Amino acid sequence: MRTLLLRSLLAPLATTAAPAPGDAALEELGRSLGERARRLYGRSLAIREVDAGSCNACELEIHAINNPVYDVERFGIRFVASPRHADVLLVTGPVTRNMKVALERTYAATPDPKWVVAVGDCGCGCGVFEGSYAVIGAVDKVIPVDLHIRGCPPTPTALLEGLIALVDKVAAAPRD
Amino acid sequence: MSAILSELAGRAPVAGHRPWPRHVVDAEAWTAIARALGEGEADLLSLWADEDHVHLALRSGAHPTPLVVSVGVKNGTYPCVGRHHPAALRLERAIRDLHGIEPAELPDVRPWLDHGAWGFGAPLGARAPSELRDPADYPFLPVHGEGLHEIPVGPVHAGIIEPGHFRFTANGEIVVRLEERLGYVHKGVDGLLAGADLERAGRIVARISGDSTVAYSFAFARAVEAALDIAVPARAAMLRGVMAELERIANHLGDIGAICNDAAFTLNHAHCGILRERVLAVSGRAFGHRLMMDRVVPGGVAADLTREDARTILDVLNEIMPWFADVVRVYDGTPSLQDRTCGTGILSPALAARWAAGGFVGRASGRAFDARRDLAYPPYDAAAPDVPLYQAGDVDARVWVRIREVEASTQLLRGWLAALPEGPIRTALPAVEGAREGIAIVEGFRGDVLLWLRLAPDGRIARCHARDPSWLQWPLLEAAIDGNIVADFPLCNKSFNCSYSGHDL
Repeated sequence: MRTLLLRSLLAPLATTAAPAPGDAALEELGRSLGERARRLYGRSLAIREVDAGSCNACELEIHAINNPVYDVERFGIRFVASPRHADVLLVTGPVTRNMKVALERTYAATPDPKWVVAVGDCGCGCGVFEGSYAVIGAVDKVIPVDLHIRGCPPTPTALLEGLIALVDKVAAAPRD
Repeated sequence: MSAILSELAGRAPVAGHRPWPRHVVDAEAWTAIARALGEGEADLLSLWADEDHVHLALRSGAHPTPLVVSVGVKNGTYPCVGRHHPAALRLERAIRDLHGIEPAELPDVRPWLDHGAWGFGAPLGARAPSELRDPADYPFLPVHGEGLHEIPVGPVHAGIIEPGHFRFTANGEIVVRLEERLGYVHKGVDGLLAGADLERAGRIVARISGDSTVAYSFAFARAVEAALDIAVPARAAMLRGVMAELERIANHLGDIGAICNDAAFTLNHAHCGILRERVLAVSGRAFGHRLMMDRVVPGGVAADLTREDARTILDVLNEIMPWFADVVRVYDGTPSLQDRTCGTGILSPALAARWAAGGFVGRASGRAFDARRDLAYPPYDAAAPDVPLYQAGDVDARVWVRIREVEASTQLLRGWLAALPEGPIRTALPAVEGAREGIAIVEGFRGDVLLWLRLAPDGRIARCHARDPSWLQWPLLEAAIDGNIVADFPLCNKSFNCSYSGHDL
């Protein structure tokens, strides 16, 4: 244990430099949020992740943004265990017919104001699962979406760029 | 069983099925095989339907070459395997849901993948319109007894994980029964694959279970190559091995950290997170995708490895392995952590053998099977890895299998990367002639992935079946949690780390 603790103390910082908010994400949020309620959360957002049908690759990279290298918590973003504690739903897809009701109920259980981020090529479109009897498709076919982060799966950096843009837009706006 | 197998060996198998034989048998021989499976004389590898036949892949100790037997479907029915061999039950419930074929006298006829949300039944069969059902409408097995209470969990879980429902029945803190309900992420993969060209089919197969994308693409490529009876260049085979072992190391590192995290020991989780990230980053640099998706293709590989990137992978291994050894020492030397993992979630060797459970689930419970060694394929035919074996069957044993496999995979990578053969990385696929069927088993990080396919004369996929190792591991989690406290379920679940997407298809 001592070796590992010493290593942690003496090693250079594992965490990468913070990426700037993604331009595309800022632009989309400017459009999708418009004049809609912007509330001050002291630059803090609680996120609930919902897998609505993903192949689990998106989940792996969402996990990665929580590791010490990407450390999403330094931006005031943390993942919570219940939609009732969440400001943001981070949804991967394609939304399967078998998950539709669960996704709708999760959305209904999230208190207002809330934002939805669709993640991955399947969550944003339908990916390779287009045309299947078992999928509805993109997340925005089931619940309203404010931001799309594409990729198969999106890299941790792409996820960070999108989420930092979201914090900048919805949580850091001045109090009305 | 031996008598049946000897009799089959004397007959000509179905033409065009490679590399292992396929035999069409009558109902009587089929049921005799089902009984023999139930008596432990052979391992069930998979069970699936294809138009008017049901196929069963098996392997016995006496005849270690796998074998496929097929029985005809008559009047929409065939003799049930699950009533003799419980490991077949969920596979048969899935056949019933997807094809509308009735396994005669199936003991459990509750729908499995069909949650009543598609608007019709038997999507791969008659597609008869059906009423939409409330997805929560599912008859869990009844539980009676004083002081028992039920805890429903899911499909949306508390962590960043896939959806599924767990119904616990507890007596105070003690779990007396767990029943799983899966199928939430069913995406209709079998339906999408039928009629797809090889390029599109490969992209779909690579997304059956994202954490095992290399293993799935590897299995798909090998099944296509078996059907077409071709071999890949030596360099391609070795690069496939490099990607498969990088995938195994990354996933094991993630799992070891996550299991420690579920015991509230975050130090190892943090370090494993960095180690895993190093592996993914170098994989992304070397092969152009962090998870190496779509890099293994029929005929070879789609991405070559430069000498410089091979060197970088070795440098990363040299950096992380001493670091990993420190993490392992902490795991091994922290009594409060061992207190949570040792003796928790015990899976008996008898059950692991009966279900033919692969991967760390099987090898932690005394089942000595690893497709890389026991059904060796290139590049493992030249250098098989050491296969760790433990008997305790608890969370701790499943952690140790992963630790030893990280070490063994590193050894393989060091050998291969120092001596990569030169040459082409892909060979052209010949045109399809006549009946072509291929089967492959590839060892993914979680266990053996089986993939069977039949090619149409135009070169497209006629039918493709993929069996994730999770099919044979999920039911055993129900047994492993028995008698443990509810709070230890995350530990047990993570130590199994079954795939929802790979199972639900």
